[in-house]
Amino acid sequence: MIEFQDVHKTYRVAGREIPALHPTRFTVPAGQVFGLIGHSGAGKSTLLRLINRLENPSGGTIIVDGEDVTALDADGLRGFRQQVGMIFQHFNLLASKTVADNVAMPLNLAGRLSRKEIDQRVAQLLERVGLSDHARKYPAQLSGGQKQRVGIARALSTNPKILLCDEATSALDPQTTASVLQLLAEINRELQLTIVLITHEMDVIRRVCDQVAVMDAGRIVEQGPVADVFLHPQHPTTRRFVQEDEQVDENEQRSDFAHVEGRIVRLTFQGEATYAPLLGTVARETGVDYSILAGRIDRIKDTPYGQLTLAITGGDMNAAFARFTAADVHMEVLR
Amino acid sequence: MDLINFFASVDWSEIWQATLDTLVMLGASLLFTILLGLPLGVLLFLTSPRQMFEKPRLYAVLSFIVNVVRSLPFIILIILLIPTTVVLVGTSLGVAGAIPPLVIGTVPFFARLVETALREVDRGIIEATQAMGATTRQIITRALVPEALPGIIAAITVTTITLVSYTAMAGVVGAGGLGDLAIRYGYQRFQDNVMYVTVIILILMVQLLQMLGDRLVVHFSRK
Repeated sequence: MIEFQDVHKTYRVAGREIPALHPTRFTVPAGQVFGLIGHSGAGKSTLLRLINRLENPSGGTIIVDGEDVTALDADGLRGFRQQVGMIFQHFNLLASKTVADNVAMPLNLAGRLSRKEIDQRVAQLLERVGLSDHARKYPAQLSGGQKQRVGIARALSTNPKILLCDEATSALDPQTTASVLQLLAEINRELQLTIVLITHEMDVIRRVCDQVAVMDAGRIVEQGPVADVFLHPQHPTTRRFVQEDEQVDENEQRSDFAHVEGRIVRLTFQGEATYAPLLGTVARETGVDYSILAGRIDRIKDTPYGQLTLAITGGDMNAAFARFTAADVHMEVLR
Repeated sequence: MDLINFFASVDWSEIWQATLDTLVMLGASLLFTILLGLPLGVLLFLTSPRQMFEKPRLYAVLSFIVNVVRSLPFIILIILLIPTTVVLVGTSLGVAGAIPPLVIGTVPFFARLVETALREVDRGIIEATQAMGATTRQIITRALVPEALPGIIAAITVTTITLVSYTAMAGVVGAGGLGDLAIRYGYQRFQDNVMYVTVIILILMVQLLQMLGDRLVVHFSRK
């Protein structure tokens, strides 16, 4: 479990204090995938680096598994960092070392295992990330996705309890992104590893995260389970991220719907409700007509969801609304 | 025929001895240049602005000393250093007498090249190594230097070639070696043929060193 207690960070640039992170409180429960989303300069990168103290906080306390990380001395910090893996946007592999030597590096630095034990561990890790055949290659001979897999194997080599991901998929194409995210999700499940990731893509949050915190100008502006935040965004920044992901422009949509007759509602289904034949049933029973103006059916991590914007005309509209609300569906009346 | 006559009077055993002397001077001064210049280069890099151990004052002092030595023409440096050389190796003459000025003359040059090579290493590599829980020494020896190795080898190549020309200059103060031979025969005795032979040997030496250096850079670049 990671706990931030009023942690803040200011940089001194040319004699002026620039706040990068305003006093922040939040908790990452153990074993969860926690996503931090924000635009560049929102402070998410600073926040991530505070966890393993690549950045030192200007104030506040960071507790990881009951230990005050902010109070560690140099030796203690090195020991702590060996229990926290980290992967990077640009992979940060050593070009001078082979894949196997890159993965072995944290183990060699820690110096606790024998040569033979390290070799075994490296073989096992490369197998885990599907790169057993590339052990003797150098990073320059690998694709971006393969490099990130090496990064993940390296980060896992010391059996950490926490994995920090710094825009780990931002330099990858969509297909490779999907496979790397799937690997992260597997690792989280199988190793009970706590993952904190930062990204500027809602899609990444939607695919792997349990919880999300939205950052804007050095503050967490919205936080909660991904489904809640994603389906019912409150803060303008969150709404923008969701719209970017759905490729919807709210203003455009409003003008498109201006000529549509009847009431406009947005229904949000989650879990099993997504597959229930609700619309047809309600239309038959209450005599309303509906047309689907916009919609999306997808998954948030492992949970299916649907979000449909409907225009409803005729029949017993109030009865229809009551039926929607009674079913396990979230309804918002837009007009 | 003329060409054979032209080189007939060349004393090849003397040339061989001079070549050996040059190689000994080169080898010994290169060794000490690397031993002293590599740590100095690392120190310059680490204390420079925006690096791990940013120390503006120390960096300014080191930088100033390095620049002072680099601004002196080597021939003047040799003469300036004669008393120091006598203290260090007991003589200012011969191969031994040439090594201290050669080392002192090239260390600052090499250190600057090392600093530049280290600057080429992606900051992300340092960050990743820090995140693994590495000590400062480990960051330097296990990440920074190995990653900068192609650049450092290129720096060693350039430094070696500079040393070749410096050893020739050291001939002026009786250091021995090819430069000494060229000046004694070619300049003082008007025996051009010896000078031409030494020039050819020096050219070959530089070409070989550059070729070797380039090969090593390619090998260690891992591209």
